[in-house]
Amino acid sequence: MNAQPLQTGQQATSAQPPSPSPSPSPLTVEAVAAGIRRRVLEHTLRNNGGYLSQACSSAEILATLYLRVMRLGPSIAPLIPRAFAGVPSRDNPNAFTGAGYNGPRASELDRFIFSPVHYALVLYALLIELGRLGPDALEAFNTDGSTVELIGAEHSPGHELTAGSLGQALSQAGGIALARRLRGETGRVWVFMSDGEFQEGQTWEAFAALAHHRIGNLGVYIDANAQQCDGPMTDVMTIEPLADRLRAFGAEVHEVDGHDSEALAAPALARLSGSGAGTGATPRAVTATAPTPQHQAEPAPTDRPLVVIARTDPCRGIELLRERAPKLHYLRFKTPAEQDAYEDLLEHWQDSSSQ
Amino acid sequence: MKARSQPTEERQVESGRAPRQSMLQAFRQDHHMIELVTRPHRSNLIRFAAEHPDLLVLGADLTASCEADGFRDQYPERFFSFGMAEQNMLGFAAGLAREGFFPYIHTFSVFITRRPFDQLAMSIAYPNLPVRMIGFLPGITTPGGVTHQAIDDIALLRAVPNMTILEAGDATEVESVLAVAQTIDGPVYVRQLRGEVPRLFPADQPLRLGQARHLGQGTDLAIISAGICTEEAINAVAALRSRGVSVSHLHVSTLKPFDDPQLLEQIAKARHGAISIENHSIIGGLGSAIAEQLAEQGIGKRLIRLGLRDTYAHGASKPYLMREYGLDAAALIRAAETLIGESLQIDDIALAKIAANIRTEAQGETLAKADKTEDL
Repeated sequence: MNAQPLQTGQQATSAQPPSPSPSPSPLTVEAVAAGIRRRVLEHTLRNNGGYLSQACSSAEILATLYLRVMRLGPSIAPLIPRAFAGVPSRDNPNAFTGAGYNGPRASELDRFIFSPVHYALVLYALLIELGRLGPDALEAFNTDGSTVELIGAEHSPGHELTAGSLGQALSQAGGIALARRLRGETGRVWVFMSDGEFQEGQTWEAFAALAHHRIGNLGVYIDANAQQCDGPMTDVMTIEPLADRLRAFGAEVHEVDGHDSEALAAPALARLSGSGAGTGATPRAVTATAPTPQHQAEPAPTDRPLVVIARTDPCRGIELLRERAPKLHYLRFKTPAEQDAYEDLLEHWQDSSSQ
Repeated sequence: MKARSQPTEERQVESGRAPRQSMLQAFRQDHHMIELVTRPHRSNLIRFAAEHPDLLVLGADLTASCEADGFRDQYPERFFSFGMAEQNMLGFAAGLAREGFFPYIHTFSVFITRRPFDQLAMSIAYPNLPVRMIGFLPGITTPGGVTHQAIDDIALLRAVPNMTILEAGDATEVESVLAVAQTIDGPVYVRQLRGEVPRLFPADQPLRLGQARHLGQGTDLAIISAGICTEEAINAVAALRSRGVSVSHLHVSTLKPFDDPQLLEQIAKARHGAISIENHSIIGGLGSAIAEQLAEQGIGKRLIRLGLRDTYAHGASKPYLMREYGLDAAALIRAAETLIGESLQIDDIALAKIAANIRTEAQGETLAKADKTEDL
């Protein structure tokens, strides 16, 4: 699998100029992001409910990660998602994870860790847009016995961890990144998080540990849409100033427009080119004889976790959603008239997406 | 049966018990003097790690307190400090385990089972990852008080799918429990002992997964003990035998899975019923596990569960707390009297004599010192 060409990666698309209009290539961030919004809207209508605002806020972040940031091999998982094969246990050899949709495991390839799994529908829609999942995969969404679950778990397509208890994935990603460093692997670990997860104490424990153990082969993209279940985060529990807090915890932090793929990709690409030959990790075998220095002065820039705070609009691309503000977490239609308005939006999708 | 204050020789013969013998005689027939071993986990961890290069140790600011300091000094590149942040530490352990390493978490039991319970359940147990959680200060083995006393850890973790629960009862088990844990495909929680640990079982008879140790045969009563309560039970059994009571004694070190058929066989044979004794709440631990099985198998025997009776404890010495909360040999004698329905005339002085013959006075002093100087 090491010989397989990378299906995605910055080499393929980094030369492309920013283009506001639909691009001739089917795999631009803009086209994929628009496809995500359309699919999630369609699905929300079919099910009278869905996490629509998450698609609006995160579509460009996720598309940028898959198209321009992460080095992933082609999917090794079936286009039609497998049925649930039982929970993991020592008596169940059939249990699997959905990581195969992100390609094989290999030393030089990256890993994707999806933390706010309430965004599962958005990830499924993305995988379909990228051809990693079949176009009909969403028909199994939230149906009994399916792995295409409402709130994703490790068996769900594109998922590797069971992260539904929010704020737990970053620590696990840290363990994976540490293990990869111990084995001298050059691939990185990318974590997608939501801003609400920065209310959990564990997230800050994790950043302290990432900095302390100089885990530089890990990057975090945060969908900072400032929304959560109870409403605007500023009312529920503020996390700002997030960038300052994260810098104080030892991370390299960039704050960008979360709908601008150039701005989103730039910090990751800079880190790759700045650390030479695409390796941000300092390979260190676990059998090394020299003790780890415990109290060096300042970690090298490439030994810090990379954080991109993507400031996003939870109604981006679907203006109709603004009428529901400030409660945007989960969309369920309140009246037939409201549903009709969204149906109408979907019917005229081409017009609305080429605003 | 109604308790009687003055049992007669005749009644004992009628009830088919063995003739009276001195308590010490009875004890010496079964046991040698008990050796005390200093920090058996500390040296065993270093030895064990030498054979397992993928073993990592994760600590949360209690490294020497959990006897992992020797490992840290010997294998600094395999030791990772996470500070007082257990939720994150369990997540890192899960990530390392997913990548093929074997993380051995070392901290106090309360900080594995209470504070990061969601992380333990979702990050480690659900994916059935081979994380080994070595928990210290089980039950009331610490004067650190309620915050440091894990009296509900077995109950909490028995309810967690995929979890295996082991408990060391002596130095031999402290030294052999890691090897058993390492064979298990999935997470393992170990109630581990530290400091001065008595060797109750021969060093060449290691802990075996799912197998209770059958320490004595008998048909009047069955006593099932675990952890530090086994030493108390050994004392009590000696005293009971000296009064002609025929006691079957089993020591349990695998609390989950809990399927050793010996336990129910011995309880079924015990005419007056069974007593469980554990360094834990009587809710959800050893006694509960036995009760569930007795009910499911329709074995109609009485069971007295000794342990903390739905109460928290507080900071004090181990001997004081064991006495105060009824986890000692005297509590076992009282329970035996209840089941048999008569007084056996075993007083504290008689019990103390037996205990004193297990440990020399010098050993007792060492213990007292260790209790007072422990790191919390």
